Amino acid sequence: MQLADDALILGHRLSEWCGHGPILEQDIAITNTALDHLGQARSLYQYAAELFNGLPETDKLSFITAPAITAKVGKGLPVTEDDFAYLRDSWEFRNVLLVEQPNDDWAYTIARSFFYDHYAVLLFTALESSNDDTLRAIAEKSLKEALYHRKWSSEWVIRLGDGTGESHTRMQEGINERWNYTGELFMSSQADQAMADAGTGAALQLLQGQWSQAIGEVISEATLQVPPADAWMHEGGKDGRHSEHLGYILAEMQYMQRAYPGMEW
Amino acid sequence: MSKEWPLWEVFIRSKTGLDHKHVGSLHAADAQMAIENARDVYTRRMEGVSIWVVESKYIHASNPDDAAILYDPANDKVYRHPTFYDLPDELKHM
Repeated sequence: MQLADDALILGHRLSEWCGHGPILEQDIAITNTALDHLGQARSLYQYAAELFNGLPETDKLSFITAPAITAKVGKGLPVTEDDFAYLRDSWEFRNVLLVEQPNDDWAYTIARSFFYDHYAVLLFTALESSNDDTLRAIAEKSLKEALYHRKWSSEWVIRLGDGTGESHTRMQEGINERWNYTGELFMSSQADQAMADAGTGAALQLLQGQWSQAIGEVISEATLQVPPADAWMHEGGKDGRHSEHLGYILAEMQYMQRAYPGMEW
Repeated sequence: MSKEWPLWEVFIRSKTGLDHKHVGSLHAADAQMAIENARDVYTRRMEGVSIWVVESKYIHASNPDDAAILYDPANDKVYRHPTFYDLPDELKHM
């Protein structure tokens, strides 16, 4: 669920660039990426819904408290991927704070994707050896997309860092400003820990070394500075404690389903 | 310096064994970006297995006004077509 929320929220943020990209080609590139994230989110939500529907009644209600969903469970109805995306309240979203941060400018957007994409590649690689068949299949498919995203965002970091004085300054600013949200990627929530122990999930702490090395190489090639590793880090997203930004995202994303439940078009 | 990124011509090979075909053009800051943009703009519906890009300024074209002197002289030289050979029926695609 955590993974699905990460993908959904980042996908939504990137999709906000639709029609606003600096040029047509990058507008298409970034919305393509947004769709990849959305596809990953769908696969994960579908699987989560399948698992959720198989739980005993009492467990279901201890897991979700959003009234719109508990009402459904109360009637004995199965939940779907859409319910998870559109009917949960913000405190039940488990995405990391990094992905809900605003786009601000192009460099901030690139920095956010760059940090996330490097993490996603390591994560999906690790999940390819999960002992869960479905998760393994999702990881396999997502890894190809993540590898491309990583290539795309890394090249942008280099292009801007190594570009003009102005682009260098702005890229460094983006990296500095988003840096304090990267620590949370590797902090294990209870769910992360339990899944890692069971051989289903990935041991996130183990990925951090590789991640630091990989982003360090790109950042130095881009003639930029890596912020200090011992910097203070935000946390809380994985426990449902979010920045104010998530509320706005959900308001926009969920408005239609909340106002007209079950509507389709 | 121009504010616009340079223009690139994109060629896509749709299947292994076929040749690259010109599919259109796009803007990009460098060759790497041109290939990635081409991937996003021209292969989203599984159109291709290989991409070539070349900066448009490096393409040189013949002048349409010269069509007469370039191509007309070939008109009466039918002997250049290998139409006088008897081909076996099994031979296809000739």
